[in-house]
This record gives sequence, C-alpha cells and structure tokens, in this order.
Amino acid sequence: MVEAVVTIGLAVDEKMIIKKNRIQPAILKGNEKRICVVTGIHGDELQGQYVCYELTKKLNENIEFLNGIVDIYPALNPLGIDSVHRGMPTFDLDMNRIFPGSESGSMAEHVAAKIIEDIDGADMCIDLHSSNIFLREIPQVRVSEHIAEKLLPYAKLLNTDFIWVHAEKTVLESTLTYNLNNRKVPTLLVEMGVGMRITKEYGDQLVKGIFNLMKEMNIWKGEVLPIKEPIVSGEKEVEFVNAKASGIFMPSVDHLDYIRNGECIGEILNPLTGEIEEKVIAPCDGMIFTLREYPVVYEGSLIARVLGGVR
Amino acid sequence: MKKEILYTLKSPYRDDMRIAGYKFGKGDKAACIVGAIRGNEIQQLYTCSQLIKTLTKLEYMGAISKNREILVIPCVNPHSMNIGKRFWTMDNTDINRMFPGDINGETTQRIANGVFEKVKGYEYGIQFASFYMPGDFIPHIRMMETGYQSPSLANLFGLQYVLTRKPKPFDTTTLNYNWQLWDTNAFSLYTNATDQIDEVSAKHAVVAVLRFLTRMGVIKYNSHGGYIASVLQEEDLLSVKTTTGGIYRRLKNPGDGVERGDVLGEIIHPYEGEVVEQVISPTDGIIFFAHTSPLVMEDVVVYKIIRRLHE
Repeated sequence: MVEAVVTIGLAVDEKMIIKKNRIQPAILKGNEKRICVVTGIHGDELQGQYVCYELTKKLNENIEFLNGIVDIYPALNPLGIDSVHRGMPTFDLDMNRIFPGSESGSMAEHVAAKIIEDIDGADMCIDLHSSNIFLREIPQVRVSEHIAEKLLPYAKLLNTDFIWVHAEKTVLESTLTYNLNNRKVPTLLVEMGVGMRITKEYGDQLVKGIFNLMKEMNIWKGEVLPIKEPIVSGEKEVEFVNAKASGIFMPSVDHLDYIRNGECIGEILNPLTGEIEEKVIAPCDGMIFTLREYPVVYEGSLIARVLGGVR
Repeated sequence: MKKEILYTLKSPYRDDMRIAGYKFGKGDKAACIVGAIRGNEIQQLYTCSQLIKTLTKLEYMGAISKNREILVIPCVNPHSMNIGKRFWTMDNTDINRMFPGDINGETTQRIANGVFEKVKGYEYGIQFASFYMPGDFIPHIRMMETGYQSPSLANLFGLQYVLTRKPKPFDTTTLNYNWQLWDTNAFSLYTNATDQIDEVSAKHAVVAVLRFLTRMGVIKYNSHGGYIASVLQEEDLLSVKTTTGGIYRRLKNPGDGVERGDVLGEIIHPYEGEVVEQVISPTDGIIFFAHTSPLVMEDVVVYKIIRRLHE
C-alpha cells in the first residue's frame, strides 16, 4: 500500500511527494512489530534503490511468511535523486544534518520533522547509504559508540562485512539515525558501494541480511540463508589515509584487501609532467574498507580507511 | 598595510588557491575580519575590499592604535568564486561547516584549519556572513549563544539589531561558533545582499566595523554614533509560511513596519495569473527577513517578523 508521508506543493504545477510502501499481512492482530527501511536522503546514493526493489519484490512474492509491518521509503529526497543532486535542490544544508527538523523552520526542516513523525514508534529502522561519488565502501554498519551495546546484536544480523563502532561528533546529532535512536527507535546506518552507481552483489548481500534481521525480530517467518560474521572494529583503530599531493589517484590494492604497514596503496600521478607526485603508503597493517573511487584528488582528499591501527 | 598569503592549496588542474590576508598595525592581535567563505558571497567580498581600502587610508594617516593589529581576509574560497559555485569546487562541501578544521583531514577541513590557525587568538572576530535560507535581512549582528557571547559588545557596532541564536548541531562547525570557543568575541554581520552588490548596505557594514573598532580602541575614526540596538532572540521572530506554491510577489521589505492582517505578499498561479494566496501578517511588528526568489514552494518561510515592535 503506497502512501504519502509528506507532500509539498512546488512552484510550477508539481508536488514533491515522499512516499512509502507499507507491506503487511492481510489480517493484523494489532501487536505486529514494524521495521522501516529508508534510503535516498542523499540524492546521489543509489544503492538503496535496488535494495528497496528486491525487498519489496520478495516480500510481495512471499507475503504468507510476513508476520509484521514493513515500511519501505525508497526516496526521502526525491528531487535530489531525480536531478543527480546530493542535497535537496534549492536548500543549502545537507538533508541529513537537519533532523529532528522543525515545524517553524524551512521547508526542508518541516519535511524532516514529518519523516521523523512517520517513523516514530517503529521497532527497528535501517537507514541505507552508499557513500558519495568519491569513495567506495564495503558493506558496513556504522554505530555510534554511545549506543553500540544496544545496536551491535542487531547490526551483526545484517550480513555486512564490517561494523564500524565510532565516536560521536556533535554535528552528527542532527542525522536521521541519531534522532531516531534518541527516540528509542533502534536505527542502523548502513554504508555500501559508491555514489551514482549500484553494486548488485552488495544489494543482494544486504537483502539477505534484512530478512535475517526480520526473522530474528519475528517479523518474518520464512526461511533465511546463512549470513557472514562481520568484522567489528573495537580493539582496532580506524586509520585515515589522505592525499598529500594533488593529481590523479591510481590504486594498487582492492577493497577488503589486507595490507601491511608501509605497503603501497596506490600512486598520485601528474598527467602533465609524467611524474609520480606521491606514493600513498599504508599507515598500519589492516583491512581496507574504504577506497578512493574518483581519481582526481586534491591535497587532503580521502584515499582510504584502514582498520588495523592500535588503539 | 601588509599583504600576506595565509594559506596555499595546490590544485591538480588550476592555479594554486591562495588565501590572502591584509594586516594593519602591529602588536597585539586586536581584530580579525573575514569576508566571503562561500563562492557566491560577492557582497561580503566587496564589503571587505572597501574595508581594506579604508583601513589602508587610516593606517597612512596614523589612525591605527599603537600595539594593535588588524587582519582582514577578503575571501577564503576564491576557487569556488571564480567558477560561480557557492560551495567547494570538487565535493560541494561548505568550508563554513568545517571549523575548526583538521590539518590531516579532507581538503575543506584543511582549508578551514589553515584559516583558523591564522584567525584564532584575536580579541574580536567579525565575519561578513550569509544565511542558509535565501532572502534579505535587515542589517544586523548575529551571535551564537555559546555562553561566551556578549550582546552588549555587539551593540557597539551601532546597527539597529543584534540577534542571538541557540546553536543547532550543524552550527557547531561554523567559524563564529569556534571563534567563541577559542576566546574570541565573535560577531557575524549580515547585510541585505549576497550574490549582488548593494553599495549602500556595504558602506553601512564598513562604517559599522570601523565604529566598533574605534569604540574598542583599535582605530581612531569619527563616524555617526549609530543606533542603540534592540537585542532579539531568534526564537522570538515569528515565521510566516506559504501554504501553496507559485510565482511570488513580495509586497514588504526588511525594515517595513506591518500590522496584523496586512497583506505581505501574493502567490500567483504560475499559468493563469490569478492570485491564489495572500500572505497575511499574523502580528504587528517589523519585517526582519524577507524571501527573495520569484518562485516559491509550499511551506516556505517567506517572512520573519519581530513581533510587537514598531518603527
């Protein structure tokens, strides 16, 4: 059942409608659990589109196994997705930096408040992201340290390769994930793939994980497939590798590769002079879970994140 | 006057980006003034250029106080300004959401760090700023309520209004907020333009800064005493929102006095030309902020009104 979460009249003969698809058993007992799967808050992150499609398709084909309510929100920022725009067109701030929103604020802040209102009360929420156009991520769940104890058991069910438990920054207090967790809706932030592209195998991997999570929550009573045991950061520190020179980055490693301290991650090249501007060196032994995808780099551009530093 | 390059960023394909600073006087770090941080802040750039022109004359005349140094940075982001982009050229991040910056971080975090290292430690910090919602303001001084803010000092600019704002999480990475945390008395000065130059407003801003610096004993400059400001809190401003979209006809301007029931604007059907909505003032007061775009969506804040204040 497709419903409008919020509708805003645009200037010229159009409405912006944020929609959700509610999938539920034919007969409700009244005590069903509800899971929300949301994505598309950044218009250039498309991985969640495939996940929503697959999830909806599989649920509809096997509706007899559904024991709870599944709300799927494929596009929280429909204008952004439609115009290849990371943010909300005509609005300055990142849409994922304005939650919980405000009824008296800008249109975007009003939309944010409506989204929160709609999800509020759910038993679980999964917020799907796919990095940006610059970086590729292995399928991972990101969990704030302050709430890790509560969320880790759920995060481990999602069939991702990695769970990053990270310190909370003040600015992240305005994300959707933070605000839902704050309202006692356990919310998992998933990152995978790269902006403007869909990696089918990552999508399939996560769909399997979502069914597994739903099974554990008694929302799904059908069969589920075995899942991966994720690597959990915790003992190890995440090291960031940033470019020291500007130029064209060419990697010499792959995602999920294990690398030794001092080994070469790639080179930053100068197409004009034919010289190597920088050999990018691994800062520690560890696993590469983020890798530069967009070749043009400035000084400071993130090249890789490596799990393996000593805490 | 001494011109210095405060920060240089090497670009892969363009000329180096140089952030220039102009120093006046010598000795204690008395005041720092920052102009455009976003690439479309043309008014802020222009205002700084006029300030530098005036300070150069004043210094020649011996009007900079002994042992007092002033630093003016007219533009933090010439790379974006030169290609007509508001945010960073490559990844569209906002340098004014990256303070205090990170010397080892992403490119815009490094730029913010490079600038912040030069601007911190001054007794007074003044930024010519623009707002995240497009529109015009009454010229005013804006301050974050960090616990360190001083509205009585802000009054010495001689502008009509001082506005304080409770910081939201996304405000904690602005220059103004971080200046305050590092013991600088920080003020954001808003004029009524951003993308276009408003000569009158720019002149008022320059005089307001010179008046303030005179009162703080940094320079000697004779000017009109200005106003005794009304100090407002942002939450006291009443937002007036649209309930439909269309072509927008603004009928009132910042500074205009209005009465409850006055028609503040009209929304016109984009095809048929009929007025489909009148924007009505819900209160007596003075217009503080007014929407500028000729098109408007539903649920947009088109006015902010200072309640129950008369001209």
